[in-house]
Amino acid sequence: MNVRPIDVWPAHVEPPVERAPLLQVEGLSVDFGTEDGLVRAVRDVSFRLHPGEVLGVVGESGCGKSVSAAAVMGLLPRTARVSGSIRFDGRELVGRPDEELRELRGNRIGMVFQDPMTSLNPVYTVGWQLAEAFRAHHGGASRKRGWAKAVEALEQVGIPQPDRRARQYPHEFSGGMRQRAMIAMAIVNEPDLIIADEPTTALDVTVQAQILETLRAAASSTGAAIMLITHDLGVVAGMADRVQVMYGGTVVESAETVRLFAHPRMPYTVGLLGSVPNAEQVGRALTPIPGAPPSPLNLPPGCTFGPRCPLVEPGCRTLEPALVMVDEPGHEARCVRWEELTGQAGAEVLFGGGDD
Amino acid sequence: MSDPLSPLAAAEAAAPVPTGPAGAGQVPGGPGSGGFETVRARSGWAMVGRRFLRHRAAVAGSVLFVALLLFAFAGPLLWTATLDPSSDAKLPPGPAHPLGTDRIGHDMLASVISGTRFSLQIALVVALVAGVLGVVLGALAGYLRGWVDSAVSRLVDLLLCIPPLVVTAVLARNTFTLGQASRDGGNWLTVAMILALFTAWFAIARTIRGMVLSLREKEFVEAARALGASPWRIVFRHILPNTVDVIIVNATVTVAQAVLLESALSFIGLGVRRPSASLGLLINENRNEITTLPWLFWFPFLFIVLISLSVNFIGDGLRDAFDPKQKRVGA
Repeated sequence: MNVRPIDVWPAHVEPPVERAPLLQVEGLSVDFGTEDGLVRAVRDVSFRLHPGEVLGVVGESGCGKSVSAAAVMGLLPRTARVSGSIRFDGRELVGRPDEELRELRGNRIGMVFQDPMTSLNPVYTVGWQLAEAFRAHHGGASRKRGWAKAVEALEQVGIPQPDRRARQYPHEFSGGMRQRAMIAMAIVNEPDLIIADEPTTALDVTVQAQILETLRAAASSTGAAIMLITHDLGVVAGMADRVQVMYGGTVVESAETVRLFAHPRMPYTVGLLGSVPNAEQVGRALTPIPGAPPSPLNLPPGCTFGPRCPLVEPGCRTLEPALVMVDEPGHEARCVRWEELTGQAGAEVLFGGGDD
Repeated sequence: MSDPLSPLAAAEAAAPVPTGPAGAGQVPGGPGSGGFETVRARSGWAMVGRRFLRHRAAVAGSVLFVALLLFAFAGPLLWTATLDPSSDAKLPPGPAHPLGTDRIGHDMLASVISGTRFSLQIALVVALVAGVLGVVLGALAGYLRGWVDSAVSRLVDLLLCIPPLVVTAVLARNTFTLGQASRDGGNWLTVAMILALFTAWFAIARTIRGMVLSLREKEFVEAARALGASPWRIVFRHILPNTVDVIIVNATVTVAQAVLLESALSFIGLGVRRPSASLGLLINENRNEITTLPWLFWFPFLFIVLISLSVNFIGDGLRDAFDPKQKRVGA
């Protein structure tokens, strides 16, 4: 096993297991009716997130990561059909009218978007937007107090000269600064949960680590849990307590971060880990997973990863395996042949084929 | 799914989302603004004002516009000649009648003052009514889509296929026939409302709808929703301020168009009537003397041009001043 966690920081340990979950998602499914047929964007996803915990959600484009986050925020378009249950702090969110969810959004659940270039309103100063976010959820707050809070939030995310910066417009900020401002906006109301949807994808690699550290520091200063959506395993390795790998709209493996990187029990996870550049492999080609992810319009029968899986067997093509506990409690995988991955070599052997 | 969720509802009732009294771009002075001498604390409005004042054409346009307003509204106090015909007909400009008199002895200066007043009133009312109507309907159509969009768009399509002059002519004629008794006063307002409701707002509504359609998909709108903003707030505080340049340009073009359309209407005898005068009416009355008594044509014409020009320059300056991406000059 030469696939190791790409450790930027030592991963969190001891997630608080005893407390009640902050976010509990059970059997969440999201379908979109389109002209071409039913798009099953998310299928039967369940997970829980405890206060202060960081959950990494990993997967390729179109695997349902962002849609499940949008479902938690209640930000899905009207055409979406949501079933299952999302309980936030004990309150059921599915089926609630928009007016009720609005009180939670931005207040108890903050969100950081992928592209900081377009997620700030270009015609208002950054401080105005932060102050508005604060005052929207603090009915009586004065203009002055909102502004003070905005400056404070900018300072919290490490923006130098925050009082001056607050008076500038988004176009006067660099990409990394804007993403910091977005994080400031997400934490200005001290939420219990921050959903970060690919927060570093649009940024330079040199800035990515800073932004993640900012996000982490901001979350720990407010005690917020983070749902970190990304396709970058390096990001997950440094940040997350638990990782949930998604494929074809559903969870295919879920484990504590260290465990997942050390002992993947689903061929897709192995393939993902093999696709990440690794310092140990300098000079050698990466091992891609052949094929493309399935269209959510037309999912293959049986295991959705079947068509690309090197371990596929006839049974995989008829019945989708259940998400079962593997090795130890807290580690689940959706593969009938997970035991064969024990002690087996990594992606190169599994996906390398006859090429080398 | 069906538990009443009363704590949440109660919390919302207790803490309603504030709508905030302020206008777009207003920024309160932050705390601790000292220590940065080079970049002073400045509010959004102050910056807009500063940029506007730096725009020479806009400043010239504003001065001209204020002069026109004074001329039209304070003029009658200084120049007390009546609008009635007199025996001094066809006089060239001179001390008694600075702009001369027409063929039945109307004092031309008094007529032009009155005409400018009516033209300005009509133009501003048209721009205001059509602007508000077009922006609100266009924004709602673009943001809500669905049946609202269909209704607004089809109505616009329908009204656009009818030549505006024909509609206004028919309506103006009927209204004036009915309201012969109130010959003065009410006339101009009726003309303005007809122009606003049946010509000017379609173009604005269409443009704004298109812009809102594209802006609503921007991520900052999604971000506003993720922060718990209501649809109303998103449309009017987040999306529309992004269209302010288009709104201003359209409104100023509308002002100029309304002056010209009113002139056209009065020219064919369906707008404002004597004893009131509008600039178009004056041109119409004196069209036969354009070669023999040219000042009777050129003075009203000059004022039409001045109104259009000044308003266009002001709009140009406002548009530039409202654009936050304009480079700062000086500090």
